[in-house]
Amino acid sequence: MTATLSLSSLSVALSGDPRRRLLRSVDLEVARGEVHGLVGESGAGKSMIGRTVFGILPRAVGILGGTVAFEGKDLLSRTELRHLRGREMALIPQDPLTALNPSRRIGAQLTDRLVKVLGTPRKTADARALTLLDEVQIRDPDRVMKSFPHELSGGMRQRVLIAEAFAAEPKLIVADEPTTALDVTVQKRILGLIKAMQERHGAALLFVTHDMGVVAKITQAMTVLYGGLVVEHGRTEDILAGPKSAYTKALLEATPRYDRPDDALRPVSPVTIAAIAEDVAAADRAFLDHAR
Amino acid sequence: MAEEASTLAAAPRARLKKPSVRLWLSGGWLTVAASAALFAPFVAPHDPLAQDLFLTRMPPFWMDGAEPGYLLGTDSLGRDVLSRLIYGAQIAFIVALVAGTAACLIGATLGLLAGYFGGWTDRIIGRIVDIWMAFPPVLFAILLVAVLGTGLMSVIIAIAVIDWTRFCRVVRAEAMQQRAMDYVDAATVAGFSRWRTLLREVLPNVLPAIIVLLSLEMGIAVIVEAILSFVNLSISSDDPTWGGMIAEGRTAIYQAWWVLVFPLVALFLTVLAFSQFGEGLKNRFDPVLS
Repeated sequence: MTATLSLSSLSVALSGDPRRRLLRSVDLEVARGEVHGLVGESGAGKSMIGRTVFGILPRAVGILGGTVAFEGKDLLSRTELRHLRGREMALIPQDPLTALNPSRRIGAQLTDRLVKVLGTPRKTADARALTLLDEVQIRDPDRVMKSFPHELSGGMRQRVLIAEAFAAEPKLIVADEPTTALDVTVQKRILGLIKAMQERHGAALLFVTHDMGVVAKITQAMTVLYGGLVVEHGRTEDILAGPKSAYTKALLEATPRYDRPDDALRPVSPVTIAAIAEDVAAADRAFLDHAR
Repeated sequence: MAEEASTLAAAPRARLKKPSVRLWLSGGWLTVAASAALFAPFVAPHDPLAQDLFLTRMPPFWMDGAEPGYLLGTDSLGRDVLSRLIYGAQIAFIVALVAGTAACLIGATLGLLAGYFGGWTDRIIGRIVDIWMAFPPVLFAILLVAVLGTGLMSVIIAIAVIDWTRFCRVVRAEAMQQRAMDYVDAATVAGFSRWRTLLREVLPNVLPAIIVLLSLEMGIAVIVEAILSFVNLSISSDDPTWGGMIAEGRTAIYQAWWVLVFPLVALFLTVLAFSQFGEGLKNRFDPVLS
């Protein structure tokens, strides 16, 4: 069975320059219906992967090589991508505060996508939008439909965006740090909600995060990135039980633990960083040699 | 959930603030001046072209020697200043509306395309704007009118052709800023086409800026028209225009200051009102500010 999403030796680089790679020959597979955690520090290239999948890389970033496929269909082809975006794959963005158009009502934004992209009749779309808002536990869907984004709290907006992502019953959802912009109490609920929606709708979920706790809680498989290089990947329970890479191990130990409040924070040590940076440099040398 | 529901309840439903004093005053003046222009034949006490050489340089009503029926006095040919002012407003408003809108349509369209698509589109449009702005605007206008021949149409074309760059620059910057917002990417990811994203996502958020600029531009169009008629390059010199009145009044400023001052005041108030009106509208409609 083909994986829902598979990247193989994907490299993207600033201005297409092979010496300035942001993703270093990344391999990644998300199986059907699986929740896959994509972990790494900021700048590790987590969001770049999401952006490549949806074809919204910044102008300055170019794809050097590799393949991105959704159920075997080439996502680097524009026509294929245009057809799949919004229908088969959806994104839950990082910042709910800027991901909704400030000058249009929630209802219009939600139904627009059903009507314009999926061709649902307007009447059905309204009903469907209300159902979706209800599913993401918004209490007063009628009222929210008539609201502008600035009238809703961050948590509410993220719920709306989750509803939007599931609107087309996509087979793949990429959640790009969906809880980072929210405060801690709301984070937990949103996380639970995404997980519940994923289970109900049976979509595969690529969950981008820097939070090992979240990965442990909701994912079945995970990939650890550093500097655009895949450090380790595999089943979540295996990796958590016995990380093979020193870097993954250090990352796990760096997670603050509430059950050991007196512990000092344990940042990833400079030695580990130096080792992993050497891996990155080695990967670059190999890549450049191969290119020649 | 509970506190989220209450946040929603607390959110003010009154999105539109009450119109400010600024909006009332500027809107008021524009309404008065525009309706005077529109109903000029009924409002004006005299024929603006009728000369009466027995009644030259009559002062306005509150001064000694004023002639009843000539509220703001008469000029050196005995024409009624108030009537000429009212008919002059016709020209001023036609130019403001038509030339302002035309400049807005050209500039905003190009600016949106440049800001949204970026890349080569942006570079080409940007260079054209740079070249265009290198010409001194008033000289450019005089040159254009000299080539096109005088007349209302030429004035309107000259203003639109020269001033679209103002819209282009600002709208381009605004569109670029909106382009970088997540909701534009979100629309792309959701499967909307680029044109739909441009028109339905970006344009509504650039609209407040366009409205403000349009209002400013109308004020500027009034000034440019006045400049052109001041140097006699607008419509025929018989027809009353504010600029023409100012030019005539200048020659007799010591004998009859009112011929110069009233059109100046009208011009000043109208231009000020246009700019304040735009500013007021922006504050009222901007969803982020309110």
